[in-house]
Amino acid sequence: MSRELFKFKGGVHPPGHKSESNSRPIHAAPLPKKLVIPLRQHIGNPAKPVVEVGERVKKGQLIGEADGYISCAVHASSSGTVTAIDMQTMPHASGLPDLCITIETDGRDEWIAHAPLDYRAMVPAELRMRLRDMGIAGLGGAVFPSAVKLDPGAAQACPTLIINGGECEPWITCDDVLMRHRADEILQGVTVMRHLLGSTEILVGIEDNKPEAVAAMQAAAAKMDFAVEVVAVPARYPGGGAKQMIETLTGKQVPSGKLSTDIGIQVFNVGTTYALARAVHHGEPLISRLVTVTGHVLRPQNFEVLIGTPMHTLITLAGDRDGTTGVLMGGPMMGVPMPDLEVPVVKATNCILVKSNELFPPLPRALPCIRCTRCADACPAELQPQELFRFAKAGDFGRAQEYHLFDCIECGCCSYVCPSHIPLVDYYRYAKGEIWAREKEKRAADLARERHEFRLFRLEREKKEKAEKLAAKAQAKRAELAADPSASGAPDADAKKALIAAALARAQAKKAEVAPKNVDHLTPEQQHSIEEIEARRAKIRELAHQPLESEEKP
Amino acid sequence: MLTAIGVMVAIAVVTGLVLGWSAIRFKVEGNPLAEKIDAILPQTQCGQCGFPGCKPYAEAIAKGEADINQCPPGGEEGVKKLAELLGVEPKPLDEAHGTPKPKSVAFIDENTCIGCTLCIQACPVDAISGAAKQMHTIIAAECTGCELCLPPCPVDCITMVPIAEDLPHWKWKHPVVMLKQVEEEHA
Ligand code: SF4
Ligand code: SF4
Ligand code: SF4
Ligand code: SF4
Repeated sequence: MSRELFKFKGGVHPPGHKSESNSRPIHAAPLPKKLVIPLRQHIGNPAKPVVEVGERVKKGQLIGEADGYISCAVHASSSGTVTAIDMQTMPHASGLPDLCITIETDGRDEWIAHAPLDYRAMVPAELRMRLRDMGIAGLGGAVFPSAVKLDPGAAQACPTLIINGGECEPWITCDDVLMRHRADEILQGVTVMRHLLGSTEILVGIEDNKPEAVAAMQAAAAKMDFAVEVVAVPARYPGGGAKQMIETLTGKQVPSGKLSTDIGIQVFNVGTTYALARAVHHGEPLISRLVTVTGHVLRPQNFEVLIGTPMHTLITLAGDRDGTTGVLMGGPMMGVPMPDLEVPVVKATNCILVKSNELFPPLPRALPCIRCTRCADACPAELQPQELFRFAKAGDFGRAQEYHLFDCIECGCCSYVCPSHIPLVDYYRYAKGEIWAREKEKRAADLARERHEFRLFRLEREKKEKAEKLAAKAQAKRAELAADPSASGAPDADAKKALIAAALARAQAKKAEVAPKNVDHLTPEQQHSIEEIEARRAKIRELAHQPLESEEKP
Repeated sequence: MLTAIGVMVAIAVVTGLVLGWSAIRFKVEGNPLAEKIDAILPQTQCGQCGFPGCKPYAEAIAKGEADINQCPPGGEEGVKKLAELLGVEPKPLDEAHGTPKPKSVAFIDENTCIGCTLCIQACPVDAISGAAKQMHTIIAAECTGCELCLPPCPVDCITMVPIAEDLPHWKWKHPVVMLKQVEEEHA
């Protein structure tokens, strides 16, 4: 290939560890007894459950529908009965539970009726909604709903489409193996993407440590009726990051705070492209994916796994060994530790990496930063990691943001090279979380201020309205009295007094009408005390009336 | 010499007029300092500071009539921010006004509620919905957790529920790696 390649700044060369798992063929993991399918597997709103406990579902049946534009549906990965819709531990660093649908499989693996989509006859918007409802989301790790990314927006077209087969992270080989064995189907997915995005240039970027994948993709590309350029790019972590892949292939940089589509480029992972092909050409929603199980296991390899399969079953399949010190979801650079091994495989699970002390010796104790700036040299986002660390540690989040904290892709290059072994990325994640939380708090405070001010305004208005109403009423009464010949000529004070007297009479009449309800069956003592009280009341009433009468006499 | 003085006087008069006119023409409504203070206050509107809401407290601080450490929901961090804004030394929260609590929202036991509407009248942000003799409900997203609805309720059916940490609200903690490893070495 004669394509001129560009070099992104920074990056590191960690040992690849690809050969452990990439030589075995893809093995379909057996059907587990129980599938736990989280409703929040993607970025955006979680799916809304549309099945009930006790309901029988078929393989591929919609069990959670997309809620809004940035959302994604989830489906039953096999046939069986819904046994629970409740909170279950998620494959997430927090170890917190989230809403999941549990299906007890019946072993029949019975598909729901499904058929290929005639995508060329469909309106693009309708096709995108179908893809959302088939649960297609980015399988490279971010799990962003693909339908949203397939909308070229106002520009009407996205000239360059990049299929990302970089897979730069050590140990992971699921994309490598997918490209080796299923290159034709990946390119069928590209056909659909090209149709939706109106792209004219199609590039497939694969790191040059995967020659078999490059060869397979080139062979498949030669069969297509449009030009697909398969490019081997130099292996350097994180060359498979979307922004890095764009820069390597086109020399263009995505400006800070912008999307790649703003410069006319869209990037999809090969796994996503394959899932899209299954959805469009076979009508199958996203219910399985390739997962690399590697590290401290007997037979590291790639499995085709149903979404919802508990992780421990895969580790058992690959042959678990003594001396396991933990399990990461993802690779050693960006992976997150799993709270336990009951957690299910989700759309984001590209790798299950089993750790041991030999393969991943515990990090030596962290030392203070010596400001060697090796981290800055390694940072592919061209940041100043040592400064970000300083601000994050001190809680000076404003300054961290000024230093473009949010451009950090959490690749881990800085932590990898740091001679002081500082877990830099953990600090950035912490700082990002704090900033988001504060923004949320700020929004809540603004809302509260607005509502409080509105309430004060409302109370003020109600008071005024009441006063106005009263004034109007009094005015009307006065006019009425003035019109009354018998009262004509009476001075204003008399009119007022008459009003009060009338009101009093009305109130008394009303009071006399209502008989107390709780005086039917009374003991003599109670009756007696009531009488006493009534007598007292009558006296007080009399006293209160006296001055009024005395006034009336003269 | 005379012309020079004349020119200076003329300039002085003109600028004076311009300044005087713009002071009237562009008069800032309200108190800008109080607004800046109000922006820092948490807007819980709970009145623990001794004022009927955040804004009156902000105005009192701006006038120098109240101290900066009277807002428990704002916590030490709020005091720090106020101190920074006003250029004074931060001080610990005044315990007399209460202590910070974990953020909570009010919850009405709908089986016990008699629909008396007293809580609605107490809520400073209109976060309770319901009509007379109807069961009442709190709109959790709008409740500031001020607890003002608790005392008026005649049947004590409102409780404060701390907001539990769930996945969408979870955030990475401050790394403790160093600490832990130092401990291990000592052990
Ligand atoms: S590499 Fe580590 S020690 Fe060197 S400047 Fe960066 S954070 Fe500091
Ligand atoms: S104590 Fe309550 S009312 Fe006073 S400023 Fe703080 S949040 Fe606002
Ligand atoms: S519902 Fe109660 S606690 Fe919540 S804001 Fe209203 S008065 Fe305060
Ligand atoms: S004050 Fe208590 S009883 Fe009255 S409406 Fe509110 S919650 Fe119901």
